[in-house]
Amino acid sequence: MNEYDIAVIGGGPAGLAAAIEAKKHGGTVLLIDREKELGGILQQCVHNGFGLHIFREELTGTEYAERFIKEFKELGIEYKLDTMALNITEEKVISMVNKTEGFVNIKARAAILAMGCRERTRGAINIPGTRPSGIFTAGTAQRFVNKEGYMVGRNVVILGSGDIGMIMARRLTLEGARIKVVAEALPYPGGLIRNVVQCLEDYGIPLLLNHTIVDIKGKDRIEGVTVAELDENRKPIKGTEQFYECDTLLLSVGLIPENELSKEADVELDPITGGPVVNESMETTVKGVFACGNAVHVHDLVDYVTEESRIAGRNAARFVNGETGGYGPAIRTKPGNGIRYIVPHFIRKDKVEQSVDLFMRVNKIFTNKKLVVKFGDTVIKIIKKSYMRPGEMERICITAESLKTAEDLSLTVDVE
Amino acid sequence: MYDIAVIGAGITGCSIARELSRYNVRILLIEKNSDVADGTTKANSAIVHAGYDAKPGTLKARFNVPGALMYEKLCSELDVPYKKTGSLVLAFSPEEMKTIQKLYDQGIANGVPDMEIIGKDKVQEIDGNLSDEVVGALYARNAGIVSPWELAIALAENAVENGVELFLDSEVTKIEKMNGLYRLHMGDRLAEARFVINCAGLYSDKVNEMVAAPSFKILPRRGQYNLFDKSLGNFVNTVIFQCPSDFGKGVLIAPTVHGNILIGPDAEDIEDKEAIQTTPEGISYIWEASARSAKGLKPNAVITAFAGIRARSSTDDFVIGESKEAKGFINVAGIESPGLTAAPAIAVHAADIVKGLMGGLEENLGFNPVRRKVVRFMELSQADKNLLIKQDPRYGRIICRCESITEGEIVDAIHRKAGARSLDGVKKRVRPGSGRCQGSFCGPRVMEILARELDIDIKDVVKNSPKSYILTGETKDNSLYEDVHDLAAASGKV
Repeated sequence: MNEYDIAVIGGGPAGLAAAIEAKKHGGTVLLIDREKELGGILQQCVHNGFGLHIFREELTGTEYAERFIKEFKELGIEYKLDTMALNITEEKVISMVNKTEGFVNIKARAAILAMGCRERTRGAINIPGTRPSGIFTAGTAQRFVNKEGYMVGRNVVILGSGDIGMIMARRLTLEGARIKVVAEALPYPGGLIRNVVQCLEDYGIPLLLNHTIVDIKGKDRIEGVTVAELDENRKPIKGTEQFYECDTLLLSVGLIPENELSKEADVELDPITGGPVVNESMETTVKGVFACGNAVHVHDLVDYVTEESRIAGRNAARFVNGETGGYGPAIRTKPGNGIRYIVPHFIRKDKVEQSVDLFMRVNKIFTNKKLVVKFGDTVIKIIKKSYMRPGEMERICITAESLKTAEDLSLTVDVE
Repeated sequence: MYDIAVIGAGITGCSIARELSRYNVRILLIEKNSDVADGTTKANSAIVHAGYDAKPGTLKARFNVPGALMYEKLCSELDVPYKKTGSLVLAFSPEEMKTIQKLYDQGIANGVPDMEIIGKDKVQEIDGNLSDEVVGALYARNAGIVSPWELAIALAENAVENGVELFLDSEVTKIEKMNGLYRLHMGDRLAEARFVINCAGLYSDKVNEMVAAPSFKILPRRGQYNLFDKSLGNFVNTVIFQCPSDFGKGVLIAPTVHGNILIGPDAEDIEDKEAIQTTPEGISYIWEASARSAKGLKPNAVITAFAGIRARSSTDDFVIGESKEAKGFINVAGIESPGLTAAPAIAVHAADIVKGLMGGLEENLGFNPVRRKVVRFMELSQADKNLLIKQDPRYGRIICRCESITEGEIVDAIHRKAGARSLDGVKKRVRPGSGRCQGSFCGPRVMEILARELDIDIKDVVKNSPKSYILTGETKDNSLYEDVHDLAAASGKV
């Protein structure tokens, strides 16, 4: 059985950044990915808006990926493409299969889970109606249009206002399709405001908040959908139904971290994020198994995925070099009032060099509020926020300095 | 000229065609859809019923028990997933225990083996997640689960291997009675046969009326289901029924042969035989009803919803036999539950009818009941996996990540007799698209494989029916811009 210091599962932005950082800190690294090329979903993101934080310039997804792929290859990191990881044990034995080597096991001293996320489907939200062709998740449509060069429809309705859905609204418009409406069940858009403006408003595409699809029509190909308004309990309001003729329905109704492998390795998952419970080093509850990117929690910006994955890569290398350890008491981060989740879940004070970033999402829209960080009852940080909504991730930087003052082992963030 | 034409390639027609292929007769199996098992066979509870439900003396009772007993051998010959799980009919009150006793007695009358009335403790021992309100149950060990469409597909494949001809996309629109034979019109296509067996499911009344006066009506009754992710694993291990009512066997909770959990169906009489949509009312009903049997199913573990339509006869029983008005025209109609279970026994009976009418049938000495085994890559040992990949590297490429299905398995499903020709065809045979991502990852890849293996353009790959196209063209197709330009011109922006 081949052995490596560090195995990285997934060759998207998270896996690439983690592998690069791990390699730079020493050790043998193997990255595997099921696609035929590196870069993950970035390879179908031909739109811009990537890299503003990391590179201080605006890149397309493919350009962003290319920078990392170049560095990855220059570092001579070993990788296997068109290879599916099927299993990982707590001992970090990874089973994988591909056409050339067959079914093989490798053993790693540390593993980095960077499998990304998958799209929620029609079934998961139980949309009533028939089951014709012409219903795509936004990401599948994006793959067809941007990678394969095929159109998926002419008259399109989009359910959900996730970023990929909105970006596809613009993309399909530019390819000559007509986007009839974007319906969003929640009272606020699911994705970034800049996408609402640049992908919908700029093209005159109507966005209906508090609306959902209550029926799908069509025997062979989809022929139309019925959209209805929702009341405050998110139940359709009778009499508000409106029929939209369409030949295509795109779904952009949420992303789910991909963690089938994490379960195999007995990694504890956070029921809210759907991803592993991690500490400040992006280490999961299984020693030496790290996780990063959308497999941990769904990000809005790839730049943050990169930053988080660098932490995972660096610490996986440290783990292998015996520089980590010290699994003593850690501070537990607790989502307080108005906060859905916080990542990381644990912070070991002595492992934080300069600072640690807390990533979180609020659970509804807030205007003119404060994010208040407390150790026990002691307030250590207050950030004023004129506007917060679940679609945009919040980031709070906690310095090592302020962590030192903590006597309590729980850190809470509240919206006040 | 065929000896026998079987109309309808659902579970009934496929069973009969395969049964008749044991004999030296020319058989044509006709299906209006683009694939076999595309109607009621692909959307039902997938249960092999023990046989206590049917009223003694009915055809349902007559064919249920022997049908169930044939399943083990049949599924082993055809390499189709089948599991004898046993079933429980739950009682929630002493009143319902009386119904349980009645079902038991009915089972005895019907010849059902291995039944037992059990108390609460034993019920919870068998399935721990069941409601506390249960007071007892009828336990029938002989009940089981099967994949109905995989069975029908396997039967069709085996039938074709044994000489049956299969016409797909061929809707019978007219039948002419001629001298001692029938001429069947399928659009432009024609076929003549001495005997016709009407297994047209929901449309069997219409087909019957092509040669005879109406003698039964098919009254469509829709049932809706939710299917759950495998992560729910063995939420239940047996098929869980509630006491039956006038509307059928009630809402069940059942494991599937592929490790999912299924809840449903409701029962709703509808007009339109094509109305296979799900409705919010139907889905919330099956949730409420199933919650009575067991709590703890979570909506976020649902991977799909679907509806199927029962081909219920106005006579309230199976309609099996030669038409009184049309000699040599045999109806096998109204095959609603327990039709799936009864199908193998009905097939033997139908063959007997034909035998009687033809004055005996000569055995087909070349008949091979065994279907070539289906490779299920993930079930192989590591050594066998590697051996297979060496022989055919396509088994090393996983296309469906949810169910771990390889390219090799998909290619095989396409090239078998009565093979897959569409996205749903592949899904029905080897399951990519049946998992939690519902095809959003593997869909484009399966389409590529279909296009390559069938030597068609990827734009011509369909979901199921000929009009269920998936891609509408290529990008950068300027013809699509016309009306955009018109709009711009109208608004004076050009």
